[in-house]
Amino acid sequence: MKKVKGFWVFLILSIVLYGTVQLLINAGILNQFYSNTLIFIGINIILAVSLHLVIGITGQFSIGHAGFLAVGAYISAIFTMKLQLPFPIAILAGGIIAALAGLIVGIPSLRLKGDYLAIATLGFAEIIRIVFLNIDYVGGAAGMQVSHLTNWTYTFICLFITIVVIMNFTNSRHGRACISVRENEIAADAMGINTVYYKVIAFALGSFFAGIAGGLYAHNFYIIQPTNFGFLKSFDILIYVVLGGLGSLSGAVISAILLTLVSTFLQDYPETRMIIYSLVLVIVMLYRPQGLMGTREITDIFGKWKSVKSVKGGN
Amino acid sequence: MEWIQQLINGISLGSIYALIALGYTMVYGIIKLINFAHGEVFMIGAFVGFYAIAGWGLGFFPALILAMAVCAVFGVLIERIAYRRLRNASRIAALITAIGLSLLIQYVVIYVRGAQPEAYPDALSNKTFDIFGVQISSQSILILSVSIVLMILLQFIVHRTKIGKAMRAVSHDMDAARLMGINVNTTISATFAIGSALAGAAGVFFGVYYTKIEPLMGIIPGLKAFVAAVLGGIGIIPGAMVGGLVLGVVETIVSALGYSLWRDAAAFIILILILLFRPSGIFGKNAREKV
Amino acid sequence: MGSVPLLQVRNTGIQFGGLKAVSNVNMEINQGELIGLIGPNGAGKTTCFNLLTGVYVPTEGSIELDGQKLNGLAPYQVTRKGISRTFQNIRLFNELSVLDNVKVAYHSLAKHSIISSILRLPSHFSGEKEMEEKSIEFLKIFNLDKYKNEAAKNLPYGQQRRLEIARALAAGPRLLLLDEPAAGMNPQETHELMELIAFVRKKFDLTILLIEHDMNLVMGICERIYVLDHGQLIAQGTPEDIRNHPKVIEAYLGEEVTSAHA
Repeated sequence: MKKVKGFWVFLILSIVLYGTVQLLINAGILNQFYSNTLIFIGINIILAVSLHLVIGITGQFSIGHAGFLAVGAYISAIFTMKLQLPFPIAILAGGIIAALAGLIVGIPSLRLKGDYLAIATLGFAEIIRIVFLNIDYVGGAAGMQVSHLTNWTYTFICLFITIVVIMNFTNSRHGRACISVRENEIAADAMGINTVYYKVIAFALGSFFAGIAGGLYAHNFYIIQPTNFGFLKSFDILIYVVLGGLGSLSGAVISAILLTLVSTFLQDYPETRMIIYSLVLVIVMLYRPQGLMGTREITDIFGKWKSVKSVKGGN
Repeated sequence: MEWIQQLINGISLGSIYALIALGYTMVYGIIKLINFAHGEVFMIGAFVGFYAIAGWGLGFFPALILAMAVCAVFGVLIERIAYRRLRNASRIAALITAIGLSLLIQYVVIYVRGAQPEAYPDALSNKTFDIFGVQISSQSILILSVSIVLMILLQFIVHRTKIGKAMRAVSHDMDAARLMGINVNTTISATFAIGSALAGAAGVFFGVYYTKIEPLMGIIPGLKAFVAAVLGGIGIIPGAMVGGLVLGVVETIVSALGYSLWRDAAAFIILILILLFRPSGIFGKNAREKV
Repeated sequence: MGSVPLLQVRNTGIQFGGLKAVSNVNMEINQGELIGLIGPNGAGKTTCFNLLTGVYVPTEGSIELDGQKLNGLAPYQVTRKGISRTFQNIRLFNELSVLDNVKVAYHSLAKHSIISSILRLPSHFSGEKEMEEKSIEFLKIFNLDKYKNEAAKNLPYGQQRRLEIARALAAGPRLLLLDEPAAGMNPQETHELMELIAFVRKKFDLTILLIEHDMNLVMGICERIYVLDHGQLIAQGTPEDIRNHPKVIEAYLGEEVTSAHA
């Protein structure tokens, strides 16, 4: 029952957060720049959390997440721009097709492990990008014009659903199965876990939400181009997950927020931004490879603090 | 005749890939790390060659040797500063560090000298021979022959010298090699030095052959050289050479058929097919995880 | 009656490359038996386990559990058919809690779907509750319930071995394979382990096949013993037969057939 209570607290906090921001936007206190930054943060959190499911929870090292972002972006843009369908349907379609792409990539490549899997996902992401580069229907290298439809409400709803779904998935027998694959694949198999199935499910679910993020991402710009979805973008997403701590959802969220803020303020100095990014990454890997949070969640720390306090109070 | 022409272009490109791939494969063979920063060593080599020729007026061969020397030192430093600490870390941590390092080098170079490309000076008088209707440039021949000489030299080092023997021993079993009195750190440094020198040479060749270099030039050739290494069987030196040549030829053929926009995809499709159907590569043996 | 044996292994073996790691193994294990599998180092004992559990696919012969063919099934399918195992080098889910380790083994016995978990439908809650209760029951049997929220990696070595056995049992096997369960244990712990094995065998109506180097343990609790050497079965029989079997003595020449460590 405690967990159920936690969910209601989470829900209320989310509504308050959403309402406050929306009010501030309506009142004109948050200008275009700030609301755009918030939308960026939301999209990046979705990306971070979706990759967290693949790498942090299931332990499958994918470094081609931008490929699925690209699929979601292009498919949703086709839905709104070419087929004139409503934005929510376009976002959903982007997610579904991205999930299909995830299945197509995941089923063959998830047999691979470690470095080889990483390289294969990178290769697939590049292939996806090159495919879009060669399709004239979506503008090829010149890119595709997209209307600006993404706003705080759409972003927040997508973000909320992403976090709830991935949290609920993780805290169930299915999530435990994924974690067991991460911890020891051979033992998981021996305990009756269909490891291939869960790896593919996690990968497809992660791709689905990357596709959702793609829909928001595409409609937050006026143009999308294949170069937006290169290896650097995959790397951006990877860094959120790794810095936050592999296996920690809240860590991924926190680092997505922090790094988006950092890169927003450094957007006029892209080289400095990349130097700081990569330097931080190398230093963290060398001195704190478990990342910011390790596998812990923010609630664990809070919970510990609370229990320490109550023990003290009891004495 | 057109085809023979393309084949020669492909082999020239392939020998550049092969030189980079050798560094990947040697490093992977010895410490099981995909050294993503290797593409950046290649880039540094190209720039050292550029400044040596354009700035100091050095000839092609002195510039080549200088680039190789600088890259060797650079490679050793990378290993010392970043990778040595990671020897017992998880594979993921090592791979991420390598990616981070690769970006760091790229953007430090951009920060220092800007992102603008540089036109490579004509260090070699480029004559074109006409042999039975096939146009062959003297550059292609030179690149190919110097590459072959370097590869033969590498084979000699690995199979005929003491350090080569140590390298093979360490890549086979690091702990056992240490117990046998081999200085593992020195051996790994030597591996990085040799692999990086080859990448530096490849950088100079690339500049001469394609006449344009820029700070992000290492990414794609680096990735492709890695594909070449996997294709040949990662950790296997002759495999990297063959893989590089095969990849160069395939890419040239794809371009020649009129699909030049798909050229980059070809490498990755090969990569994925190899990983799926023969992950140990052309020359590799299958290994399985012990239960 | 002519009843079918629980496990029937016929002429099974595997080749790696050209090398025959294990060949021509025949075994017949009846419901309720406690069988030992011994042999010098490198004899192919763990390879045998890997064949039985589907980690390796046999290149020859057949393996049947209760008349059902197991050849070619993936390890998780073999587990669901009723064989589960422990590992020579402990393979726990280190970051997961002790309780969650057992819950993972219970996974395939629960029914709630991914959709029901994501939407938090009633079937999710009832399914998870049942898993939790059953898993705690298991931990209690093994006296591990006091550690239930501890990460598995933090348990002392002996408790890790117990947890691995508890976890294997939670998967609901009819045949339990134990790969050197007493490895690294002191005599006191080994003694407790023997009692534990006897206890769970009775409680769960189990059939057990175990690999062990500790001859005291094997001779003390096994009813029958198979001896493997160079990938082939060289002897089988009661502990008495095995003790005096010339081939066994020959195989172990150089290795002492005594209580290995004490």
